[in-house]
Amino acid sequence: MADFLLWAWLGGLMIAAIAGPLGSFMVWRRMAYFGDTLAHAALLGVALGLLLHVNISLAVVLVCLLLAILLSTLMHKRIIATDTLLGILSHASLSLGLVSLSLFDHQNIDLMGFLFGDLLAIGQQDLMWIALACALVLGILVWIWKPLLSITVNEELAQVEGINVAWMRTLLMLLVAVVIAVAMKVVGVLLITSLLIIPAAAARRLSDSPEQMALLASLLGMLAVSGGLALSWFYDTPAGPSVVVIASALFFLLFSFPRSFSSS
Amino acid sequence: MSEVLLSATNLGVKRGNRWLIKDVNISLAAGQITTVIGPNGAGKSTLVRSLLKLINTTSGDISAIKGLRIGYMPQKLKLEDTLPLTVARFLDLGRHKQHQLSPQLWHNLLHECRTEKLLNRPMQQLSGGETQRVLLLRALLRRPHLLVLDEPVQGVDVTGQVSLYNLIGEVRNILGCGILMVSHDLHLVMAATDQVICLNQHICCSGHPEQVTQDPAFTDLFGPQGAGNLALYNHQHNHHHTSHGDIIAGQHNEDCDHG
Repeated sequence: MADFLLWAWLGGLMIAAIAGPLGSFMVWRRMAYFGDTLAHAALLGVALGLLLHVNISLAVVLVCLLLAILLSTLMHKRIIATDTLLGILSHASLSLGLVSLSLFDHQNIDLMGFLFGDLLAIGQQDLMWIALACALVLGILVWIWKPLLSITVNEELAQVEGINVAWMRTLLMLLVAVVIAVAMKVVGVLLITSLLIIPAAAARRLSDSPEQMALLASLLGMLAVSGGLALSWFYDTPAGPSVVVIASALFFLLFSFPRSFSSS
Repeated sequence: MSEVLLSATNLGVKRGNRWLIKDVNISLAAGQITTVIGPNGAGKSTLVRSLLKLINTTSGDISAIKGLRIGYMPQKLKLEDTLPLTVARFLDLGRHKQHQLSPQLWHNLLHECRTEKLLNRPMQQLSGGETQRVLLLRALLRRPHLLVLDEPVQGVDVTGQVSLYNLIGEVRNILGCGILMVSHDLHLVMAATDQVICLNQHICCSGHPEQVTQDPAFTDLFGPQGAGNLALYNHQHNHHHTSHGDIIAGQHNEDCDHG
Protein backbone atom coordinates (compact mmCIF):
# COMPACT_ATOMS: atom_id res chain seq x y z
CA MET A 1 0.00 0.00 0.00
CA ALA A 2 1.27 3.43 -0.87
CA ASP A 3 2.40 5.52 2.10
CA PHE A 4 0.13 8.45 1.32
CA LEU A 5 -2.83 6.12 1.29
CA LEU A 6 -1.89 4.77 4.71
CA TRP A 7 -1.55 8.29 6.15
CA ALA A 8 -4.88 9.23 4.63
CA TRP A 9 -6.53 6.15 6.04
CA LEU A 10 -5.08 6.58 9.54
CA GLY A 11 -5.92 10.29 9.62
CA GLY A 12 -9.45 9.59 8.44
CA LEU A 13 -9.92 6.83 11.02
CA MET A 14 -8.81 9.06 13.87
CA ILE A 15 -11.10 11.88 12.86
CA ALA A 16 -14.03 9.51 12.36
CA ALA A 17 -13.37 8.05 15.81
CA ILE A 18 -13.57 11.44 17.50
CA ALA A 19 -16.46 12.58 15.30
CA GLY A 20 -18.58 9.74 16.71
CA PRO A 21 -19.13 11.02 20.26
CA LEU A 22 -18.94 14.68 19.28
CA GLY A 23 -21.37 14.17 16.41
CA SER A 24 -23.72 12.36 18.78
CA PHE A 25 -23.83 15.44 20.99
CA MET A 26 -24.51 17.57 17.94
CA VAL A 27 -27.41 15.32 16.98
CA TRP A 28 -28.81 15.25 20.53
CA ARG A 29 -28.50 19.00 20.92
CA ARG A 30 -29.80 19.79 17.42
CA MET A 31 -26.58 21.49 16.49
CA ALA A 32 -26.37 20.30 12.87
CA TYR A 33 -26.99 23.70 11.37
CA PHE A 34 -24.86 25.30 14.02
CA GLY A 35 -21.98 23.01 13.07
CA ASP A 36 -22.48 23.89 9.42
CA THR A 37 -22.18 27.56 10.23
CA LEU A 38 -18.96 27.00 12.16
CA ALA A 39 -17.55 24.85 9.38
CA HIS A 40 -18.25 27.52 6.80
CA ALA A 41 -16.50 30.04 8.99
CA ALA A 42 -13.45 27.79 8.88
CA LEU A 43 -12.79 29.08 5.39
CA LEU A 44 -12.60 32.58 6.79
CA GLY A 45 -10.11 31.20 9.30
CA VAL A 46 -8.00 29.85 6.46
CA ALA A 47 -7.97 33.25 4.78
CA LEU A 48 -7.04 35.00 8.02
CA GLY A 49 -4.32 32.46 8.69
CA LEU A 50 -2.78 33.12 5.30
CA LEU A 51 -3.16 36.85 5.67
CA LEU A 52 -1.54 37.04 9.10
CA HIS A 53 0.97 34.27 8.46
CA VAL A 54 -0.14 32.17 11.40
CA ASN A 55 -0.79 28.47 11.56
CA ILE A 56 -3.93 27.82 9.54
CA SER A 57 -5.38 25.22 11.90
CA LEU A 58 -4.93 27.60 14.82
CA ALA A 59 -6.60 30.42 12.90
CA VAL A 60 -9.49 28.12 12.02
CA VAL A 61 -10.00 27.09 15.65
CA LEU A 62 -9.93 30.71 16.79
CA VAL A 63 -12.34 31.96 14.14
CA CYS A 64 -14.73 29.06 14.78
CA LEU A 65 -14.61 29.69 18.49
CA LEU A 66 -15.18 33.43 18.13
CA LEU A 67 -18.12 32.79 15.84
CA ALA A 68 -19.48 30.18 18.23
CA ILE A 69 -19.41 32.65 21.10
CA LEU A 70 -20.94 35.37 18.92
CA LEU A 71 -23.63 32.94 17.81
CA SER A 72 -24.59 31.82 21.27
CA THR A 73 -24.72 35.42 22.49
CA LEU A 74 -26.98 36.42 19.60
CA MET A 75 -29.15 33.34 20.05
CA HIS A 76 -29.51 34.16 23.71
CA LYS A 77 -30.65 37.70 22.92
CA ARG A 78 -33.24 36.29 20.51
CA ILE A 79 -33.03 39.18 18.09
CA ILE A 80 -34.16 36.97 15.22
CA ALA A 81 -35.11 33.33 14.89
CA THR A 82 -32.17 31.01 15.37
CA ASP A 83 -32.41 29.28 12.00
CA THR A 84 -32.52 32.63 10.23
CA LEU A 85 -29.52 33.82 12.19
CA LEU A 86 -27.59 30.65 11.38
CA GLY A 87 -28.59 30.91 7.74
CA ILE A 88 -27.26 34.45 7.55
CA LEU A 89 -24.01 33.87 9.41
CA SER A 90 -23.33 30.54 7.73
CA HIS A 91 -23.43 31.90 4.21
CA ALA A 92 -22.01 35.29 5.11
CA SER A 93 -18.91 33.66 6.56
CA LEU A 94 -18.60 31.22 3.66
CA SER A 95 -18.80 34.05 1.13
CA LEU A 96 -16.48 36.25 3.12
CA GLY A 97 -13.99 33.40 3.21
CA LEU A 98 -14.27 32.80 -0.52
CA VAL A 99 -13.93 36.50 -1.31
CA SER A 100 -10.90 36.98 0.91
CA LEU A 101 -9.22 33.84 -0.44
CA SER A 102 -9.70 35.11 -3.96
CA LEU A 103 -7.75 38.25 -3.05
CA PHE A 104 -4.61 36.19 -2.56
CA ASP A 105 -2.45 35.77 -5.58
CA HIS A 106 -1.09 32.47 -4.37
CA GLN A 107 -0.88 29.79 -6.97
CA ASN A 108 -0.86 27.10 -4.34
CA ILE A 109 -4.15 27.88 -2.63
CA ASP A 110 -6.15 24.75 -3.25
CA LEU A 111 -9.67 26.08 -2.90
CA MET A 112 -11.28 22.80 -3.86
CA GLY A 113 -9.15 21.14 -1.21
CA PHE A 114 -10.48 23.47 1.47
CA LEU A 115 -14.06 23.10 0.29
CA PHE A 116 -14.21 19.35 -0.26
CA GLY A 117 -11.15 18.05 1.53
CA ASP A 118 -7.91 16.62 0.30
CA LEU A 119 -7.55 13.44 2.25
CA LEU A 120 -4.83 12.02 0.05
CA ALA A 121 -2.63 15.03 0.75
CA ILE A 122 -2.29 14.19 4.44
CA GLY A 123 1.37 13.88 5.38
CA GLN A 124 3.12 12.43 8.38
CA GLN A 125 3.23 15.80 10.10
CA ASP A 126 -0.48 16.38 9.55
CA LEU A 127 -1.08 12.96 10.99
CA MET A 128 0.74 13.90 14.14
CA TRP A 129 -1.36 17.03 14.58
CA ILE A 130 -4.54 15.06 13.94
CA ALA A 131 -3.52 12.50 16.54
CA LEU A 132 -2.75 15.22 19.06
CA ALA A 133 -6.01 17.07 18.45
CA CYS A 134 -8.06 13.89 18.59
CA ALA A 135 -6.41 12.78 21.84
CA LEU A 136 -7.06 16.20 23.37
CA VAL A 137 -10.71 16.24 22.30
CA LEU A 138 -11.27 12.68 23.43
CA GLY A 139 -9.66 13.36 26.79
CA ILE A 140 -11.80 16.42 27.47
CA LEU A 141 -14.90 14.64 26.23
CA VAL A 142 -14.39 11.72 28.60
CA TRP A 143 -13.67 14.13 31.44
CA ILE A 144 -16.85 16.19 30.99
CA TRP A 145 -19.05 13.40 29.65
CA LYS A 146 -21.51 13.27 32.53
CA PRO A 147 -22.13 17.01 32.97
CA LEU A 148 -22.33 17.38 29.20
CA LEU A 149 -24.94 14.67 29.06
CA SER A 150 -26.77 16.35 31.92
CA ILE A 151 -27.05 19.69 30.15
CA THR A 152 -28.10 17.87 26.98
CA VAL A 153 -30.99 16.23 28.80
CA ASN A 154 -32.16 19.42 30.46
CA GLU A 155 -30.14 22.58 30.99
CA GLU A 156 -32.22 23.99 33.85
CA LEU A 157 -32.18 20.75 35.76
CA ALA A 158 -28.42 20.57 35.29
CA GLN A 159 -27.95 24.12 36.51
CA VAL A 160 -30.03 23.60 39.64
CA GLU A 161 -27.92 20.50 40.30
CA GLY A 162 -24.84 22.68 40.30
CA ILE A 163 -23.41 22.24 36.81
CA ASN A 164 -21.91 25.29 35.15
CA VAL A 165 -24.05 25.16 32.01
CA ALA A 166 -22.52 28.12 30.18
CA TRP A 167 -19.01 26.75 30.66
CA MET A 168 -20.00 23.28 29.45
CA ARG A 169 -21.63 24.76 26.36
CA THR A 170 -18.52 26.78 25.58
CA LEU A 171 -16.30 23.74 26.03
CA LEU A 172 -18.46 21.73 23.66
CA MET A 173 -18.23 24.47 21.04
CA LEU A 174 -14.47 24.59 21.51
CA LEU A 175 -14.27 20.85 20.88
CA VAL A 176 -16.40 21.19 17.75
CA ALA A 177 -14.12 23.99 16.55
CA VAL A 178 -11.00 21.84 17.06
CA VAL A 179 -12.53 18.91 15.23
CA ILE A 180 -13.60 21.15 12.36
CA ALA A 181 -10.07 22.47 12.06
CA VAL A 182 -8.59 18.99 11.70
CA ALA A 183 -11.47 17.38 9.80
CA MET A 184 -11.24 20.08 7.15
CA LYS A 185 -8.36 18.10 5.66
CA VAL A 186 -10.50 15.04 5.24
CA VAL A 187 -13.85 16.19 3.95
CA GLY A 188 -13.53 19.95 3.53
CA VAL A 189 -15.58 22.73 5.09
CA LEU A 190 -18.71 21.99 3.07
CA LEU A 191 -18.94 18.37 4.16
CA ILE A 192 -17.59 18.38 7.72
CA THR A 193 -20.98 18.40 9.38
CA SER A 194 -21.98 15.29 7.47
CA LEU A 195 -19.03 13.39 8.92
CA LEU A 196 -20.21 14.44 12.38
CA ILE A 197 -23.94 14.02 11.93
CA ILE A 198 -24.49 11.09 9.58
CA PRO A 199 -22.68 8.32 11.49
CA ALA A 200 -24.31 9.47 14.74
CA ALA A 201 -27.76 9.51 13.16
CA ALA A 202 -27.14 6.10 11.64
CA ALA A 203 -26.08 4.71 15.02
CA ARG A 204 -29.26 5.90 16.76
CA ARG A 205 -31.35 2.98 15.58
CA LEU A 206 -29.02 0.41 17.07
CA SER A 207 -28.36 2.07 20.40
CA ASP A 208 -29.96 1.91 23.82
CA SER A 209 -27.58 4.19 25.67
CA PRO A 210 -25.73 7.40 24.84
CA GLU A 211 -22.34 5.67 25.15
CA GLN A 212 -23.40 2.90 22.81
CA MET A 213 -24.52 5.43 20.24
CA ALA A 214 -21.28 7.39 20.48
CA LEU A 215 -19.17 4.27 20.08
CA LEU A 216 -21.25 2.93 17.21
CA ALA A 217 -21.08 6.31 15.50
CA SER A 218 -17.29 6.14 15.69
CA LEU A 219 -17.24 2.65 14.18
CA LEU A 220 -19.66 3.60 11.42
CA GLY A 221 -17.61 6.70 10.67
CA MET A 222 -14.45 4.64 10.44
CA LEU A 223 -16.22 2.22 8.14
CA ALA A 224 -17.31 5.14 5.97
CA VAL A 225 -13.77 6.53 5.83
CA SER A 226 -12.38 3.14 4.81
CA GLY A 227 -15.08 2.57 2.21
CA GLY A 228 -14.79 6.09 0.86
CA LEU A 229 -11.05 5.79 0.50
CA ALA A 230 -11.41 2.48 -1.29
CA LEU A 231 -13.97 4.00 -3.63
CA SER A 232 -11.66 6.91 -4.26
CA TRP A 233 -8.68 4.62 -4.87
CA PHE A 234 -10.35 2.21 -7.25
CA TYR A 235 -12.66 4.56 -9.14
CA ASP A 236 -10.67 7.75 -8.85
CA THR A 237 -13.52 9.63 -7.19
CA PRO A 238 -12.87 12.62 -4.88
CA ALA A 239 -12.03 11.23 -1.43
CA GLY A 240 -14.08 13.56 0.82
CA PRO A 241 -17.38 13.22 -1.03
CA SER A 242 -16.80 9.48 -1.38
CA VAL A 243 -16.58 9.17 2.42
CA VAL A 244 -19.84 11.08 2.77
CA VAL A 245 -21.52 8.95 0.11
CA ILE A 246 -20.58 5.77 1.97
CA ALA A 247 -21.69 7.24 5.30
CA SER A 248 -25.07 8.18 3.80
CA ALA A 249 -25.43 4.73 2.28
CA LEU A 250 -24.79 3.21 5.74
CA PHE A 251 -27.39 5.53 7.22
CA PHE A 252 -30.09 4.53 4.75
CA LEU A 253 -29.17 0.89 5.03
CA LEU A 254 -29.50 0.92 8.81
CA PHE A 255 -32.75 2.83 8.71
CA SER A 256 -34.34 0.33 6.39
CA PHE A 257 -33.90 -2.33 9.06
CA PRO A 258 -36.89 -2.79 11.34
CA ARG A 259 -36.44 -1.39 14.87
CA SER A 260 -36.62 -4.91 16.37
CA PHE A 261 -33.08 -5.35 15.15
CA SER A 262 -31.98 -3.58 18.30
CA SER A 263 -31.87 -5.28 21.67
CA SER A 264 -34.85 -3.54 23.27
CA MET B 1 -40.82 27.23 64.02
CA SER B 2 -38.83 25.09 61.66
CA GLU B 3 -35.71 26.37 59.99
CA VAL B 4 -36.06 28.81 57.10
CA LEU B 5 -34.27 27.31 54.08
CA LEU B 6 -34.68 30.00 51.48
CA SER B 7 -36.20 33.43 51.63
CA ALA B 8 -36.59 36.36 49.31
CA THR B 9 -37.44 39.97 50.06
CA ASN B 10 -38.88 42.51 47.64
CA LEU B 11 -38.11 40.27 44.73
CA GLY B 12 -38.81 41.82 41.33
CA VAL B 13 -38.20 40.75 37.77
CA LYS B 14 -38.60 43.28 34.99
CA ARG B 15 -38.49 42.43 31.31
CA GLY B 16 -38.71 45.38 28.98
CA ASN B 17 -41.08 47.81 30.63
CA ARG B 18 -43.12 45.19 32.34
CA TRP B 19 -42.72 43.80 35.82
CA LEU B 20 -43.30 40.06 35.64
CA ILE B 21 -43.26 39.91 39.40
CA LYS B 22 -42.82 42.72 41.87
CA ASP B 23 -42.27 43.12 45.62
CA VAL B 24 -42.54 39.44 46.36
CA ASN B 25 -41.64 38.30 49.84
CA ILE B 26 -41.47 34.61 50.40
CA SER B 27 -40.02 32.36 53.01
CA LEU B 28 -39.67 28.61 52.68
CA ALA B 29 -39.20 26.47 55.75
CA ALA B 30 -38.11 22.88 56.25
CA GLY B 31 -40.94 20.38 56.38
CA GLN B 32 -43.47 22.85 55.06
CA ILE B 33 -45.39 22.72 51.80
CA THR B 34 -45.86 26.10 50.15
CA THR B 35 -48.04 26.37 47.08
CA VAL B 36 -47.99 29.29 44.71
CA ILE B 37 -51.23 29.68 42.81
CA GLY B 38 -52.37 32.28 40.36
CA PRO B 39 -53.87 32.70 36.92
CA ASN B 40 -51.91 32.10 33.74
CA GLY B 41 -49.26 34.75 33.24
CA ALA B 42 -49.23 35.72 36.90
CA GLY B 43 -45.50 35.15 37.13
CA LYS B 44 -45.54 31.86 39.02
CA SER B 45 -42.81 30.25 36.98
CA THR B 46 -40.86 33.51 36.98
CA LEU B 47 -40.91 33.48 40.76
CA VAL B 48 -39.74 29.89 40.95
CA ARG B 49 -37.06 30.36 38.34
CA SER B 50 -35.69 33.45 40.03
CA LEU B 51 -35.56 31.65 43.36
CA LEU B 52 -33.60 28.91 41.64
CA LYS B 53 -31.30 31.55 40.14
CA LEU B 54 -32.18 30.38 36.64
CA ILE B 55 -33.06 33.92 35.65
CA ASN B 56 -31.70 37.26 36.74
CA THR B 57 -33.74 39.34 39.11
CA THR B 58 -34.13 43.09 38.79
CA SER B 59 -34.53 43.86 42.46
CA GLY B 60 -34.65 42.23 45.85
CA ASP B 61 -32.53 39.77 47.78
CA ILE B 62 -32.53 36.02 47.96
CA SER B 63 -30.85 34.34 50.87
CA ALA B 64 -30.43 30.66 51.48
CA ILE B 65 -28.88 28.51 54.16
CA LYS B 66 -25.34 27.41 53.46
CA GLY B 67 -25.06 24.31 51.30
CA LEU B 68 -28.74 24.29 50.43
CA ARG B 69 -29.51 21.36 48.16
CA ILE B 70 -32.49 21.84 45.92
CA GLY B 71 -34.36 19.11 44.09
CA TYR B 72 -36.06 20.62 41.07
CA MET B 73 -38.84 19.16 39.01
CA PRO B 74 -39.24 21.24 35.85
CA GLN B 75 -42.61 21.88 34.28
CA LYS B 76 -41.97 19.45 31.51
CA LEU B 77 -39.12 17.50 30.08
CA LYS B 78 -38.68 17.58 26.36
CA LEU B 79 -36.22 14.93 25.30
CA GLU B 80 -34.95 14.56 21.79
CA ASP B 81 -35.93 11.26 20.21
CA THR B 82 -32.36 10.96 19.02
CA LEU B 83 -31.04 10.56 22.56
CA PRO B 84 -31.19 6.93 23.69
CA LEU B 85 -31.77 7.24 27.42
CA THR B 86 -33.38 4.78 29.78
CA VAL B 87 -35.14 5.86 32.95
CA ALA B 88 -32.38 4.30 35.04
CA ARG B 89 -29.73 6.29 33.19
CA PHE B 90 -31.74 9.48 33.46
CA LEU B 91 -32.02 9.01 37.21
CA ASP B 92 -28.32 8.25 37.41
CA LEU B 93 -27.48 11.66 35.98
CA GLY B 94 -29.14 13.30 38.98
CA ARG B 95 -27.11 11.50 41.62
CA HIS B 96 -24.88 13.51 43.88
CA LYS B 97 -21.44 12.20 44.80
CA GLN B 98 -21.72 12.86 48.51
CA HIS B 99 -25.40 13.05 49.18
CA GLN B 100 -26.93 9.78 48.21
CA LEU B 101 -30.07 8.12 49.35
CA SER B 102 -29.52 5.07 51.51
CA PRO B 103 -30.37 1.88 49.56
CA GLN B 104 -33.35 1.37 51.84
CA LEU B 105 -34.69 4.86 51.20
CA TRP B 106 -34.01 4.54 47.48
CA HIS B 107 -36.11 1.38 47.25
CA ASN B 108 -38.71 2.99 49.37
CA LEU B 109 -39.02 6.00 47.11
CA LEU B 110 -38.72 3.91 43.97
CA HIS B 111 -41.67 1.98 45.24
CA GLU B 112 -43.62 5.08 46.31
CA CYS B 113 -43.12 6.64 42.89
CA ARG B 114 -44.09 3.36 41.24
CA THR B 115 -41.05 3.51 39.01
CA GLU B 116 -39.55 0.02 39.53
CA LYS B 117 -41.02 -1.31 36.33
CA LEU B 118 -40.03 1.75 34.32
CA LEU B 119 -36.29 1.62 34.93
CA ASN B 120 -35.36 -0.04 31.65
CA ARG B 121 -37.81 1.87 29.50
CA PRO B 122 -36.63 4.66 27.20
CA MET B 123 -37.55 8.06 28.63
CA GLN B 124 -39.36 9.02 25.44
CA GLN B 125 -41.85 6.19 25.79
CA LEU B 126 -43.20 7.24 29.17
CA SER B 127 -46.70 8.61 29.57
CA GLY B 128 -47.24 12.06 31.06
CA GLY B 129 -47.86 10.71 34.55
CA GLU B 130 -44.93 8.31 34.41
CA THR B 131 -42.62 11.10 33.30
CA GLN B 132 -43.72 13.29 36.21
CA ARG B 133 -43.10 10.48 38.70
CA VAL B 134 -39.64 9.85 37.27
CA LEU B 135 -38.87 13.58 37.40
CA LEU B 136 -40.00 13.67 41.02
CA LEU B 137 -37.82 10.70 41.86
CA ARG B 138 -34.84 12.35 40.23
CA ALA B 139 -35.41 15.51 42.23
CA LEU B 140 -35.31 13.39 45.40
CA LEU B 141 -32.08 11.57 44.61
CA ARG B 142 -29.87 14.23 46.11
CA ARG B 143 -31.68 14.21 49.45
CA PRO B 144 -32.77 17.80 48.89
CA HIS B 145 -33.45 20.21 51.72
CA LEU B 146 -35.92 21.91 49.45
CA LEU B 147 -38.02 20.41 46.71
CA VAL B 148 -39.22 22.77 44.00
CA LEU B 149 -42.02 21.54 41.78
CA ASP B 150 -43.22 23.62 38.84
CA GLU B 151 -46.71 22.49 37.89
CA PRO B 152 -46.05 18.90 38.92
CA VAL B 153 -49.32 17.47 37.65
CA GLN B 154 -49.20 18.90 34.15
CA GLY B 155 -50.32 16.39 31.56
CA VAL B 156 -51.54 13.96 34.19
CA ASP B 157 -55.13 12.76 34.29
CA VAL B 158 -57.30 13.53 37.30
CA THR B 159 -56.83 10.27 39.19
CA GLY B 160 -53.11 10.54 38.53
CA GLN B 161 -53.15 14.08 39.89
CA VAL B 162 -54.67 13.00 43.18
CA SER B 163 -52.12 10.25 43.63
CA LEU B 164 -49.25 12.54 42.63
CA TYR B 165 -50.26 15.10 45.26
CA ASN B 166 -50.55 12.32 47.81
CA LEU B 167 -47.11 11.15 46.80
CA ILE B 168 -45.67 14.65 47.26
CA GLY B 169 -47.15 14.82 50.75
CA GLU B 170 -45.71 11.37 51.46
CA VAL B 171 -42.28 12.44 50.29
CA ARG B 172 -42.33 15.40 52.63
CA ASN B 173 -42.98 13.05 55.50
CA ILE B 174 -40.22 10.67 54.47
CA LEU B 175 -37.48 13.19 53.70
CA GLY B 176 -38.62 16.05 55.91
CA CYS B 177 -37.80 18.53 53.17
CA GLY B 178 -39.47 21.82 52.46
CA ILE B 179 -41.57 21.93 49.32
CA LEU B 180 -42.34 24.81 47.00
CA MET B 181 -44.99 23.96 44.47
CA VAL B 182 -46.55 25.89 41.63
CA SER B 183 -50.03 25.18 40.46
CA HIS B 184 -52.81 26.79 38.56
CA ASP B 185 -55.44 24.26 39.38
CA LEU B 186 -56.94 25.13 42.68
CA HIS B 187 -58.93 22.08 43.55
CA LEU B 188 -56.41 19.49 44.47
CA VAL B 189 -53.51 21.40 45.93
CA MET B 190 -55.23 22.97 48.87
CA ALA B 191 -55.61 19.86 50.98
CA ALA B 192 -51.91 19.08 51.07
CA THR B 193 -50.63 22.60 51.62
CA ASP B 194 -49.43 24.45 54.69
CA GLN B 195 -49.03 27.84 53.11
CA VAL B 196 -50.72 29.25 50.02
CA ILE B 197 -49.42 32.22 48.11
CA CYS B 198 -51.72 33.82 45.56
CA LEU B 199 -49.63 35.53 42.99
CA ASN B 200 -50.64 37.95 40.30
CA GLN B 201 -47.45 39.91 39.61
CA HIS B 202 -47.45 40.72 43.33
CA ILE B 203 -48.63 38.63 46.24
CA CYS B 204 -52.38 39.19 46.56
CA CYS B 205 -52.81 37.17 49.69
CA SER B 206 -51.09 34.39 51.54
CA GLY B 207 -51.49 32.14 54.52
CA HIS B 208 -53.21 28.91 55.47
CA PRO B 209 -55.54 27.52 52.84
CA GLU B 210 -58.73 28.16 54.86
CA GLN B 211 -57.63 31.66 55.62
CA VAL B 212 -56.78 32.42 52.02
CA THR B 213 -60.02 31.15 50.53
CA GLN B 214 -61.88 33.60 52.77
CA ASP B 215 -59.79 36.52 51.57
CA PRO B 216 -61.58 38.97 49.23
CA ALA B 217 -58.35 39.28 47.22
CA PHE B 218 -58.58 35.59 46.50
CA THR B 219 -62.12 35.94 45.16
CA ASP B 220 -60.99 38.88 43.06
CA LEU B 221 -58.19 36.85 41.59
CA PHE B 222 -60.08 33.77 40.63
CA GLY B 223 -63.61 35.14 40.39
CA PRO B 224 -66.48 33.92 42.51
CA GLN B 225 -66.76 30.86 40.30
CA GLY B 226 -63.21 29.70 40.81
CA ALA B 227 -63.14 30.64 44.44
CA GLY B 228 -66.51 29.03 45.00
CA ASN B 229 -65.24 25.83 43.50
CA LEU B 230 -62.69 25.72 46.21
CA ALA B 231 -64.64 26.63 49.24
CA LEU B 232 -67.35 24.19 50.16
CA TYR B 233 -69.51 24.03 47.17
CA ASN B 234 -72.75 25.87 47.82
CA HIS B 235 -74.32 26.31 44.44
CA GLN B 236 -75.25 23.14 42.67
CA HIS B 237 -75.62 23.77 39.01
CA ASN B 238 -78.47 21.53 38.07
CA HIS B 239 -79.24 22.78 34.62
CA HIS B 240 -77.31 23.33 31.42
CA HIS B 241 -76.97 26.40 29.27
CA THR B 242 -77.05 26.51 25.53
CA SER B 243 -74.35 28.51 23.87
CA HIS B 244 -76.80 31.46 23.93
CA GLY B 245 -77.20 31.19 27.65
CA ASP B 246 -80.74 29.89 27.54
CA ILE B 247 -81.60 27.40 30.15
CA ILE B 248 -82.22 23.95 28.90
CA ALA B 249 -84.82 22.06 30.85
CA GLY B 250 -83.04 19.07 32.22
CA GLN B 251 -82.95 16.86 35.25
CA HIS B 252 -84.52 19.42 37.51
CA ASN B 253 -84.92 19.08 41.18
CA GLU B 254 -88.25 19.65 42.91
CA ASP B 255 -87.12 22.90 44.46
CA CYS B 256 -85.83 24.43 41.33
CA ASP B 257 -86.69 28.06 40.74
CA HIS B 258 -87.04 27.95 37.03
CA GLY B 259 -88.11 25.68 34.28
